[in-house]
Order: sequence, then structure tokens, then C-alpha cells
Amino acid sequence: MNVGAYFDRQAQTLVGSLGRVAEAPVAFLMTMTVIGIAVALPLCLFVFLQNARQAMAGWNDAFELSVYLSKSATPGRTNEIAAQIRARDDVASVRVILAPQALAEFRRYSGFGEALDALQENPLPNTLIVTPTPAASTAAGTAALRTALRAVPDVDQVQLDTQWVQRLIAIVSLLRRVVWLAAGLLGLGVALIVGNTIRLDIQSRRAEIEVMKLVGASDRFARRPFLYAGLWYGSGGGVLALLLVAIAVAWVSGPVSRLAHLYGSGFALTGIGFKPGAVVLLASALLGWIGAWIAATQHIRAINPS
Amino acid sequence: MIHFDQVYKRYPSGREALAGVSFEVARGDLTFLTGHSGAGKSSILKLVALIERPTRGRVTVAGRSTTTIKPRAIPQFRREIGIVFQDNKLLLDRPVADNVALPLIIAGVPRKEIDKRVRAALDQVGLLGKERNRPAELSAGEQQRVGIARAVVAKPPLLIADEPTGNLDPDLAIEIMRLFKRFNDVGVTVVIATHDVHLVDRFDARRIVLGEGRVAVETPR
Repeated sequence: MNVGAYFDRQAQTLVGSLGRVAEAPVAFLMTMTVIGIAVALPLCLFVFLQNARQAMAGWNDAFELSVYLSKSATPGRTNEIAAQIRARDDVASVRVILAPQALAEFRRYSGFGEALDALQENPLPNTLIVTPTPAASTAAGTAALRTALRAVPDVDQVQLDTQWVQRLIAIVSLLRRVVWLAAGLLGLGVALIVGNTIRLDIQSRRAEIEVMKLVGASDRFARRPFLYAGLWYGSGGGVLALLLVAIAVAWVSGPVSRLAHLYGSGFALTGIGFKPGAVVLLASALLGWIGAWIAATQHIRAINPS
Repeated sequence: MIHFDQVYKRYPSGREALAGVSFEVARGDLTFLTGHSGAGKSSILKLVALIERPTRGRVTVAGRSTTTIKPRAIPQFRREIGIVFQDNKLLLDRPVADNVALPLIIAGVPRKEIDKRVRAALDQVGLLGKERNRPAELSAGEQQRVGIARAVVAKPPLLIADEPTGNLDPDLAIEIMRLFKRFNDVGVTVVIATHDVHLVDRFDARRIVLGEGRVAVETPR
């Protein structure tokens, strides 16, 4: 067989398999939709995580420690401690908030102004807001800094304000694993769905495959149109999944940016992006092919003319 | 072309279809396999086309012992044999031209060449102009001729037919047999299994009569 004839035949089979799809469009669309939904589920989670990571990108270097001094520390002593802390290698800056200033701020933001008037004296201590250097802005770094600051005389309490950010980052990295797990399981599901559809397809074309084998068709030849059908199922499902995710992103992006605006952030939801989208399409086409390959290889071998 | 040497065939059901069959078909022969149904005619053709393998004994086709042919090599082996079936086994959802073209497509013949050879084969069986028809639109005799066109389109040196006239009325049956005779006249080895003795009588050809899984009578050419 010459090379031209080979490609001619491949192209014929490829188009022929599409023709068969057109003969049963409802069944094809149903299978494709199931695949599309299966692919869209982990994809939505992926898009959510991508956005969460992006939204939290600025938070990582916003670690701050609030250092509350004991009531006995005078403003002079407060500035002394601030200078001492500022001299540390792992500290970027120290901001001093003296008790009256803290009270004024509290009065302004809390709405408890009248209640505070009833107090005899200012209940708030002098406070230092300590920002670690970027290098020290890690879980271990901030913990070490916290321990060191606690040991400073006249320091009453050290509070890490951004512990919840770290927890959130940990949750996100856990969810990343979950995305991969879901993608793996649903990918397997896609291969099985296509495999089962191809199996039924082969059963309904049993007579035809028998005839083909009788006139000298190899298993590979008989299998080829089914592999292409698998490819169509997979890539069709992939396109549908991308479409579903695009619709979902468009659907929630309005409320998300309103919410971000209320938090004073310019954050906007981003879609899946070209490269991951292309990867999803390829992966889904490949899964369709693999599912079809397994089913077709097995079931076509089992068909023998009698 | 075909050589059977003490061939036995027992099916998984326990039925013994062939019990020590030996005969030879020379290249260029026209041979009729006759005998009542169940005498083993179909089994012989199945062993020739490697649809079945012998339980015992040796089947040689075109100089090759079929026992040495591995499953992977069967497709290539079958491309050297044209097979005609009683129920013609056409693909009903494809036009006549596609049905006839099937062996050529499988063999990887270029498209232009396929069109030419399909028309030539349809011309030989008198169906030129029916390329675009579906098999269901044709008469039983015409359908069988499509089956024959498919069997000969790749120009195999051996043509085997299992009850090719079984579903046809006598006039059509003679017509089909004459068609086989014409292919034999141009050098194709032809083996036809049929229970229709009267039909066979009209042709001057070699006859192998089977009974109880053995060769009962063998007439020389």
C-alpha cells in the first residue's frame, strides 16, 4: 500500500465516522454531554482555585504581628521596645500605636463611643504593629518571630493576625490535590463512558464487522472507525466542557467583582485560559481515543465470522 | 489449489461434520461440492477460508498448509480468496458500489483505481449503472450478483461459493452459475457448494459428492 493511499484511507475513515455520528445525532449528543459534564466538574474546581490563588497572591506578604505591651509600659519605654524590635534582621517595619491613639481609632470604627465614655480609664495598651521581612513571612518565620517578641520584657501578648491566611493557603493546596483526584477519577469515567458506547456501537455493527473480516479486513482495519468515533466523542465532550465552564464563569463574574469591589479590591474573575483549555481539549480527545481503543480492540477480536 | 488430506472436523457441539475427507482441486478447475444438507459441504468451504480449522488432517490452499497460518495472517490469506454466500452478506446501509469496493478499500487500493475496478466488476455481473442503489432496492438475483462482484473485484485466484443459488428461482440460478463458469473460463479456480443436483447436471464440471462427512463419489473432469 502506498503512502498516499494510506492517508486517503485514513481521511475517508475519519470523515466516514463523522457521517455515522450524523446518522444517530441524539445518541451522540447524549454521550458527548455526559462526557462534557464529567470534564466540566473538575474544570470548574480548577478555575475556582486558580482565581483563589490569584486573589490571595497579595496576602502572603501582608503578615503582621500585633504586639500588646503591658499597662505599665510608658510611651518612652514603648518607643524603646519599638527601636529594639526594628533592629532585628527579620523585621521590616514597626508601627507604634499609643494607647490614646488606639482608643481614638477604636471609638471611630467600633461605634461604642458612648460606652467607652463610661470607662474610668483607657483599657487599651500601647501596641506595636510588626511587619516581618518578606523572607521571614512564612509560617515558621513568623512563629519564630512571635516567640522572640514574647520574650521581650514588658510585652504582654503577641498576636499573629494572619494565621487564617495561612490556613486558607493550606486549604487551597489541599483542594489542588482534590482537583487532581477528581480529574483523575472523572478522566477514568470518560474513558469508560466512551468505551461502553463503543462496545454498544460494535455490537450493533456486528454483522458488518463479520463481513469485513470475511473479505480480508484485519482487526486493526475494522477497529479504525471506532477509534475515530472515540476521538469525536472525547473532543466533542471537551469542547462542551469548556463551553460549560465559560458560561459558569460569565454567570458568576458579575457578583464576584461586585463583592471584590465592596472589599475595596479590583479583583476580577478570570476564565480557564488558552493553554489549560487546549490541554483539556487534548486530554479529553485522548481519553476518548483510549476508551475506544480498549473497547474496540477487545470486542472486535471477539467477533469471528461463522 | 486446494488439497484435503484425511480431514476431520468435529464442532464443539459434538457433531462430526467431516470424517476423513481427502480430495484435490487443481488450479483452474470448476468443481461442484454436492450432497444433502449436513453432508459437510459448508464445513469444507469454511476450512478453505479459515473460518474454521480442522480437528485433524491437513488442508492446503494455494500451496500453504492452513495449520501454519497464524490468526494475524488470516486477513491477508482471505484476500486471496473470493467468497460468495447464500445470503450474500451485503452491507444493507451502503450503496452497491461501496459493497463491491470493500475488498479493495481493505487492501489499500488508491481511490481512482477503486472506482475503475468496481465499475469493471459490476460490468462483468451485468449491474453497471446500479452503483448508487442500495442493496434493498435490487432483486434477489441482482443482490447475489453484487455479492459475486464483491468476491471477484480484487481478482482472487480462487473463488468459493456456498449455496449461491439457494435463495433463487431456477432461471436465476442458471444465470448465476453461468456467471461462475465465465470466471472459471478466464482462469479462476471455482468451487461451488450446492445441493441442487439438477443444476449441476447442466454443467460439464467436476463433482465431489459428500455423504456422512466423507467423499462418496468423485467424478473426473
